[in-house]
Amino acid sequence: MAALPTTTAATLTFARRLLRTRYLAGLVLVAWVLLWAVLKGRDTLALGGAELTPLHTRLNEGMDAIDAGRNSNPLFLYFINYIRLFLDEAVTFIQALISQPSFSRPVPVIGWLGVTGIATAVALLYGNRRVAVLTATGFAAFGLLGLWQESMDTLALTLTAVVLSLAVGIPLGICAGLSDRFNRLVTPVLDFMQTMPTFVYLAPLTLFFLIGPASATVATMIYAIPPAIRITAHGIREIPVNTLEASTSLGSTAAQSLRKVRLPLAKRTIIVGANQTIMAALSMATIAALIDAPGLGKTVLKALEKLDVGTAFNAGLAIVIMAIVLDRVTSAAGRRVGAEHRAGRGNWAGRSRGRRARRIEAGLAVAVTAVLVYLSHVYVWAAEFPGDVDLGSYVRRGAGAASEWAQDTLVTYTGALKNLITYALLNPFESLLTGSPWWLVAVVVIALALLLAGTRAAITVGVAFVLLVLLGLWRDSMVTLASALAAILLVMVLGVVLGVWMGRSDRVDQVLRPVLDAGQTMPAFVYLVPILGLFGPSRFTAIIAAVVFAAPVSVKLVAESVRGVPPTVVEAATAGGCSTWQLIFKVQLPMARAGIMLAASQGLIYVLSMVVIGGLVGAGALGYDVVAGFVQYPLRGKGLAAGLAIVVLGIMLDRIMRAAAQRAGTRPAGQ
Amino acid sequence: MTASRMAGLRTCALVAGAGLLLSACGGAKVGENDNAQASGGGKSDCGTVNLAINPWVGYEANAAVIAHVAEKELGCKVVKKDIKEEVAWQGFATGEVDAIVENWGHDHLKKKYIEDQKVAVEAVPTGNKGVIGWFVPPWMAEKYPDITDWKNLNKYADLFRTSESGGKGQILDGDPSFVTNDEALVKNLKLDYKVVYAGSEAALITAFRQAEKQKIPLIGYFYDPQWFMSEVKLVKVGLPEWTEGCDADAAKVACDYPSYELDKIMSTKFAESGSPAYDLVKNFTWTNDDQSLVAKYIAEDKMSAEDAGAKWVADNPGKVKAWLPDS
Repeated sequence: MAALPTTTAATLTFARRLLRTRYLAGLVLVAWVLLWAVLKGRDTLALGGAELTPLHTRLNEGMDAIDAGRNSNPLFLYFINYIRLFLDEAVTFIQALISQPSFSRPVPVIGWLGVTGIATAVALLYGNRRVAVLTATGFAAFGLLGLWQESMDTLALTLTAVVLSLAVGIPLGICAGLSDRFNRLVTPVLDFMQTMPTFVYLAPLTLFFLIGPASATVATMIYAIPPAIRITAHGIREIPVNTLEASTSLGSTAAQSLRKVRLPLAKRTIIVGANQTIMAALSMATIAALIDAPGLGKTVLKALEKLDVGTAFNAGLAIVIMAIVLDRVTSAAGRRVGAEHRAGRGNWAGRSRGRRARRIEAGLAVAVTAVLVYLSHVYVWAAEFPGDVDLGSYVRRGAGAASEWAQDTLVTYTGALKNLITYALLNPFESLLTGSPWWLVAVVVIALALLLAGTRAAITVGVAFVLLVLLGLWRDSMVTLASALAAILLVMVLGVVLGVWMGRSDRVDQVLRPVLDAGQTMPAFVYLVPILGLFGPSRFTAIIAAVVFAAPVSVKLVAESVRGVPPTVVEAATAGGCSTWQLIFKVQLPMARAGIMLAASQGLIYVLSMVVIGGLVGAGALGYDVVAGFVQYPLRGKGLAAGLAIVVLGIMLDRIMRAAAQRAGTRPAGQ
Repeated sequence: MTASRMAGLRTCALVAGAGLLLSACGGAKVGENDNAQASGGGKSDCGTVNLAINPWVGYEANAAVIAHVAEKELGCKVVKKDIKEEVAWQGFATGEVDAIVENWGHDHLKKKYIEDQKVAVEAVPTGNKGVIGWFVPPWMAEKYPDITDWKNLNKYADLFRTSESGGKGQILDGDPSFVTNDEALVKNLKLDYKVVYAGSEAALITAFRQAEKQKIPLIGYFYDPQWFMSEVKLVKVGLPEWTEGCDADAAKVACDYPSYELDKIMSTKFAESGSPAYDLVKNFTWTNDDQSLVAKYIAEDKMSAEDAGAKWVADNPGKVKAWLPDS
């Protein structure tokens, strides 16, 4: 009874503080607009398309120096050369097994029947029957789409990169899980690896690892290792303290408790990490094709040269199918590990019976697979996918026709939509950001960070702004920031609307999920032409591309957290006479607040990773600078600076969001 | 336990037996009928030729024809590498690229790799003339006949206004890898326009395709030879005529783009190797019409680059003969 008044008082002061924060933040914004009106056009630090700052020239010279030192630095050269040799051999070996003619045979060692058999058996043994059927169907689809060899090339490269990423990432993740200091050291590096646009390091990579599979593997690994490290560390960390204490009190050494307690308990999480690593690696398939990586990405890029949407879609579809198969199989494997761990405590008789059945199933699967592999090694019909059933040509024609139809009939509406959002939202916001003196923007954002996210976030923002000015791309950074914030706004509107809908209904979930998966894994290069046809080359087109890629992850996260609201609470609210809308707005959304914040910050990272793609469709600014740096020799340094600016923006926004989310999380319940 | 193992063994045996049975009547075996193709022609000691494939269809047309002749006539093994220009030039230094078979300018790269590092040599022109400039879709040239003179552009600036051009007319630029003076041109010709960067060739072509189809006003940077020109014949806008040296200072350019002699670049190593393929690449020359035809096979008729090259070579034996070393 005594506790009640104090809680109420705390809530009240909190409410007052919150109100005051909002009030002050509003005041800051009003002051900004007023000052902008007065100071417009002063100190805007604009820089023309081909203009360079001394820093850009120096970066260019630095890259040239590395370039020149390549041949005169034997240690460096030999070290890198051996890595390259190893990577090249590894990829070529897997290609020889499943995709390329090898060992003086006109076909690979294992033909389509054998590969499908192996994949299905793996799905069955480590997952379950449902994903095994899915795997068999998926692999058959590669052949039916007429893309067997390309798919296998992509698979070979992805698998090599994933295996190596895990080999490097899991040990590092364990270190980061065990040592706080190492974790603090490695986190900014991982942030850097994930937000630095691939275009920036793609061309320099070919200097060290040459044109071919090795460079492509390294590029893929740079992007795919971070999730492996992060999620492994997370898995090691989340083990309950009392479990560990129990093991130590029983006399385990540190090494023993790692091997016998931590690793087995973290196994499920580590598999989730593997899943994310696979998805990240696969999302690099198209970009890596820019430096001659074999596989489906090449088909997509070649089709783009001719604006052949159908062919690009066909290859993109194969990538989506591969992603869904790999995702579902690893997820099933993860769930199974979790289930077996729980079942470990069950009765012995049941386990032994289950084991017997499993063993028969496993033996059967291995035997069938062995026969299939043998057949596909020896017989032509099992080695080369029969070309009679060509689903691919229908898909190509269908997608091409659909794209053309959309471009012809919808263009007036989509053009109006583009103009509405650009003139009403994007242009005013952009001119506020780019028209204000740089110091005014810095002061405003630091003040907002201080109010909404705390001192530490405000310091980060201050450092970030200094870096942005030093990089010499202030104006471009602000243009990109304006578009990115507009995109995240749209992403969150979609995320909340679709996420709540999906979180409340399993049927909606079943229908929407494959669509979201496709949005996340379909390479942007596939839908560039149709959205360009609909919206023209513009910043809005770039925003659409970013939304297509980023909304799925936000929708999924919001749905997850809406589903996470305890059913008892929902039942109580319904019994108390809440209508559906009241239930959503008064109960489910407030309780899912932390999840929604997470959805926003993840969505933001995804939006920023599309900045470069935006540069390809008319967004200009940082994305264009990066692309230009990739293709224009004198602009290399500027491209690198632009890449760094994107990293700075990403880290800055991420830290603000996280601090704000933490604040939201620590609010008293019900507030 | 033993019972289950027996069951497992039995099923294994069953499956294996069924498999062997199946294979007994399984059809053609791998490697039965293709001994003939196993060795690669073996006509001469040409070895391997590494061709860079830059990402545009015209380039692919050149490469397809050269590759076809090198493989079929000279018995070379041609390795095609799909890479952008910058990476291709780097390949001369790392020894992974032997030839670039259509090069547009790139003076910076020429200086770095030909003059300074001496890893590449300049080859003779391909015979193709590259034209760069500002173009409008044909419907506009028809409706506004005087638009093709730059002096009238300000009169039409309002037509070209978009959400991206900040109240001015929009001049659309494409892929950043291409040479452009457009910002300087707008400034020095005092045009009421703003250059907007579409950022890729795909974006530029899509914009022009929609502009013609939907009758949307558009003016932008384009070039010929380009396969899209045979789908929509864009009309060039005349800028002040190019004269020697008028574009020497990039900031003060106020004249049209010069016409480019497209050329081929080869690595020094390849040039000194004595490979017959070097002579082939050096001698290769054809006209814009030739290239456009092969580009049309690839882009519009959706033939593979290999088939398109083979078709053109079969139709033009006389031209091909002139490129071969000992003819």
